Amino acid sequence: MTAYLKMDEPDHRRRLDETVQGIIGTAMDRPDGAAKVTGTAIYAHEDQPKGMAHGVFARAPVAKGTLTRIDGEKLRALPGVLAVLSGPKFLRNPAQGGANEAPVQGSETIAYLGQPIALVVAETFEQARHAAHMLEMEITSEDGLINPEDAGYETPEDQQDSQGDLEQAMRDAARSVDVTYTTPSHNSGAMEPHASIAAWDGDRLTLRGSYQMPNYNQYELADSLGVEPENVRILAPFVGGGFGSKLGIAPEAVAAALAAREVGRPVGVALTRQQVFEATMRRSESRQRVRLCVDSEGRLTGIGHEAYVSNLPDEEFSEPVTQATPFLYAGAHRVIGHHIARVHRTCAGSVRAPGESIGVTVLENAMDELAHDLKIDPIELRLKNIPDKNPTSGLPFSSHTLAQALKTGRDRFGWDQRNPEPRSRREGEWLLGMGMASAVRVNILSEARARVTLSPGGTALVETDMTDIGTGTYAILTQICGEMLGLAGDKVIVSLGDTDHPHGPGSGGSWGAASSGTAVFLACQKIRAEVAKKLDADEADLTFKDGTIIYGNRQAPLSDLIDQEIAVEGHVEPGKTSDEVTQATYGAHFAEVAVNAVTGETRVRRMLGVFAAGRILNAKTARSQCLGGMTFGIGMALTEEIAHDPRDGHIVNHDFAEYHLPVNADVPQLDVVLLEERDDYANPLQAKGIGELGICGAAAAITNAIFNATGVRVRDYPATLDKVLAGLPQKA
Amino acid sequence: MRTFEYSRAADPGEAARFAHEGATIIAGGTNLLDLMKLEVMAPDRLIDINRLDLKWIESTQDGGLRIGTLVSNSDLAADMRVREGWPVLSKALLSGATGQLRNKATTGGNLLQRTRCYYFYDTDMPCNKREPGSGCAALGGFNRIHAILGTSDQCIATHPSDMAVAMRTLDAKVEILSNEEGVRMIDLGDLYRLPGDTPHIETTLKPGEMITHVILPPPLEGRQIYRKVRDRASYAFALVSIAAAVDVQDGKIATAKLAFGGVGPCPWRMPQVENLLTGQTPSAHLWEKATDLLLEDATGQGSNDFKIPLLRRTLAAVMDEATRGDGK
Ligand SMILES: Cc1cc2nc3c(=O)[nH]c(=O)nc-3n(C[C@H](O)[C@H](O)[C@H](O)COP(=O)(O)OP(=O)(O)OC[C@H]3O[C@@H](n4cnc5c(N)ncnc54)[C@H](O)[C@@H]3O)c2cc1C
Ligand code: SF4
Repeated sequence: MTAYLKMDEPDHRRRLDETVQGIIGTAMDRPDGAAKVTGTAIYAHEDQPKGMAHGVFARAPVAKGTLTRIDGEKLRALPGVLAVLSGPKFLRNPAQGGANEAPVQGSETIAYLGQPIALVVAETFEQARHAAHMLEMEITSEDGLINPEDAGYETPEDQQDSQGDLEQAMRDAARSVDVTYTTPSHNSGAMEPHASIAAWDGDRLTLRGSYQMPNYNQYELADSLGVEPENVRILAPFVGGGFGSKLGIAPEAVAAALAAREVGRPVGVALTRQQVFEATMRRSESRQRVRLCVDSEGRLTGIGHEAYVSNLPDEEFSEPVTQATPFLYAGAHRVIGHHIARVHRTCAGSVRAPGESIGVTVLENAMDELAHDLKIDPIELRLKNIPDKNPTSGLPFSSHTLAQALKTGRDRFGWDQRNPEPRSRREGEWLLGMGMASAVRVNILSEARARVTLSPGGTALVETDMTDIGTGTYAILTQICGEMLGLAGDKVIVSLGDTDHPHGPGSGGSWGAASSGTAVFLACQKIRAEVAKKLDADEADLTFKDGTIIYGNRQAPLSDLIDQEIAVEGHVEPGKTSDEVTQATYGAHFAEVAVNAVTGETRVRRMLGVFAAGRILNAKTARSQCLGGMTFGIGMALTEEIAHDPRDGHIVNHDFAEYHLPVNADVPQLDVVLLEERDDYANPLQAKGIGELGICGAAAAITNAIFNATGVRVRDYPATLDKVLAGLPQKA
Repeated sequence: MRTFEYSRAADPGEAARFAHEGATIIAGGTNLLDLMKLEVMAPDRLIDINRLDLKWIESTQDGGLRIGTLVSNSDLAADMRVREGWPVLSKALLSGATGQLRNKATTGGNLLQRTRCYYFYDTDMPCNKREPGSGCAALGGFNRIHAILGTSDQCIATHPSDMAVAMRTLDAKVEILSNEEGVRMIDLGDLYRLPGDTPHIETTLKPGEMITHVILPPPLEGRQIYRKVRDRASYAFALVSIAAAVDVQDGKIATAKLAFGGVGPCPWRMPQVENLLTGQTPSAHLWEKATDLLLEDATGQGSNDFKIPLLRRTLAAVMDEATRGDGK
């Protein structure tokens, strides 16, 4: 049985407000939580079958060139070595999210330093790693462009947009800013390194991997190997963080599969941390020019946002920096520009809210600069410029919560304590300041399927290849199913990350919860209808609670009504509500920082994030997502930066000692407020994606606070102490 | 990682003998094992000294301390005698690495940890320290964490330790057991060598020598400060650090002992700077003069140019703090 919905109409029923089980939205603990904290949740590389051999990559030591020969024979003499592989099927880099087909293949052409160009397979990991280290290869090295600014930028026609005449608007404006900011490359920083274990059973391949979107990865892997997708099964029940870096099938999966076939045994390939940095996705660095102009009332008349990013040759992805700019603020005259340089650096792809993460951040810095110039409160400036319909497309908004978020945050944070005059508060060596920024992220519904099976015993099983990458999918699908079918949380079992299950949407772009949740909802709704049929009743008139059905003045346990399992596959596809309205999530960030007047060191003292993302499915996991995003904001603002070697582009600081993620001591008390919202256009759950919202704009609140504290505008992220120092007066 | 032979030393003499025969000493392993995994260091033999009876901190007759090489960084930082008499050491230790690392890291291992130069850790990059004569990738590369003092055109790496900076200020001595010559004692300052043309030779230890103890002279008069400036609030190496022990008498600086981390190939100390300060009345102008002298030969390498103004500002702040009020 199936239950299908194309989301063409808003769903005003708000069924989850009527159901009475009472677990939806609660701060229910994760069903998988205990297993995770006790170490019994099994992650990819831990799921080692008997007889597994280990593969370790050897890397390209040059940025551009041709691999003409590898000396595998010599390695065979080393203890434990079973095979040395390389060749046309090797992936140059991971597939981009949702590619559904193989990325660029072939180990002969070297496109960046760190490209995995050979795999050494041995009995133990240490043997394989040593042998990979010893591998001799012949390479013809070529000069390759490394620095985007040297390479020059392509200007893809379909990525430019303009309305009105911004140049003229700038000239006519009462006030304007025209600023350029840069952001560096970022690493996703997922805890679990990328790893795959491949095992063949005849023609059938099972790959245990650490992947966000098995629904695509199955096809990407099959295409890379040249086998039928039906013969590929991917398992990813637990994923230790992804943040975009595990969206597409990656080199280790394909190499593991090739190796397993070659040696006739299961082969596991786990990347070292250094390899994770070099051979998985980075977020592109960016240069962004933002132009804003206002009339004498402080109303925006024009917005320009031009982004310059980079990627490898032949990669389609380019960081969608300006994604939210077309609709965040009003203004008749608009320019959106996207430019991409082709360079020989680690592949750029989705990392932590691609687009808005850095794009909204810079836009929000420019807004702060404008507010300061205008001598108007930065919150006021934003409130004045909230559009009532999408100013670019003219489409209505499905709902709009920015004003509410800004005002709620203003009161809760104590914004009235802020002195708009920079450098006006000091405690000893510390200069104090406050800053804020809007948060916005586009909302996406993705096609999703899930099967729900209700058994007469009063338990339900949810199956989909959707993943839980630490986000809380196990929890929220349990809650949706339990709420709809009237079952307590412990009566619902959720099975994820197995491509033999119906295809979910995968975890990416914050769409996972709402999309896979809708598939579960649809299946449950149909199950309810099936139960209702037995009573000759209308599904909506039944109340499901704690394993019993209440109908009029009758009440019966489920087991009395059904004598066999009811299984329904829910299936949702995006429809007109995705195209005919503008859907987004909004929020507001607030930060108070202390900047050391001697050293330029910045410490965040406190942060508040106010967010609205439709119905909150689980108060605890939603909050955790926001905390994570805000913490990433601290990293983006202050510490995180991939350093590319200026000569060969390689990632110099490729470990967690030198790529500085914020640590506990960098993260103060973070306060999160989730606003009540229902978005009927989003899906029948009225829920929207929340995962990425917390990072969008967060860094700007911090750097705006640095300006308020010091009067120093750091326009080159991250605001490390040297850059702050450069603007501080000589006498501390 | 290459395969290696492993044995456990029964007594310090055996450790020194094995070391003399070419074995590499392993203590906490927090640095050595990382380097072995990357094959930056690829010893054939390891001699494990962890079971030796060198885990104790003893008070010496003259009121100083004798610290066994196996005393962990955590234990040393927490020792009440250290906290009271040599607080700069305790603070320096606690500002280093993380709780987990400090639990494993040992006193001798900390002194002998290798540089954190990115290129040193990457065997595809030229590095004179790792592979003499291959070149120095940090020159002209990304060198944010590199040295501004005491460098050569062969190597610009820093010694990354915090603990060693404090010990240098405290005039620590290192007790060395030599397979050939028995026990000898040197000033910590004499343990390290400048890179010159031989950046791969980092210390004056000879093969077959192991550190058994660090000796601290009796507590110093005056105020002790350790200030570490870094890229995040914890778990980051010093960009610049200063260990200061300063005594002010009757409004004048009676003694000033200063060592600097994050700026040189070893914990950096410059007696001329201390002489310049001694006997003087604290003032911003005096700090200026002292830093001018300290930084006379300082050279930035590009990404680390900021260390020069940073050191200047930090030293002034440390000296202000050290001499504020009555100096107590
Ligand atoms: C991620 C990270 C962050 C860190 N951050 C900091 C920081 O902020 N500040 C800081 O100061 N340190 C920091 N450290 C370094 C840490 O302090 C050192 O790794 C540690 O002190 C080394 O001690 P160990 O006992 O583990 O040495 P090992 O790794 O066992 O040995 C290090 C070296 O010393 C030699 N050796 C050890 N003991 C003796 C002996 N008795 N005689 C002769 N040779 C000997 C070994 O052969 C080896 O060459 C950090 C380390 C890591 C990994
Ligand atoms: S600075 Fe020293 S350690 Fe670093 S690459 Fe140059 S020679 Fe090697």
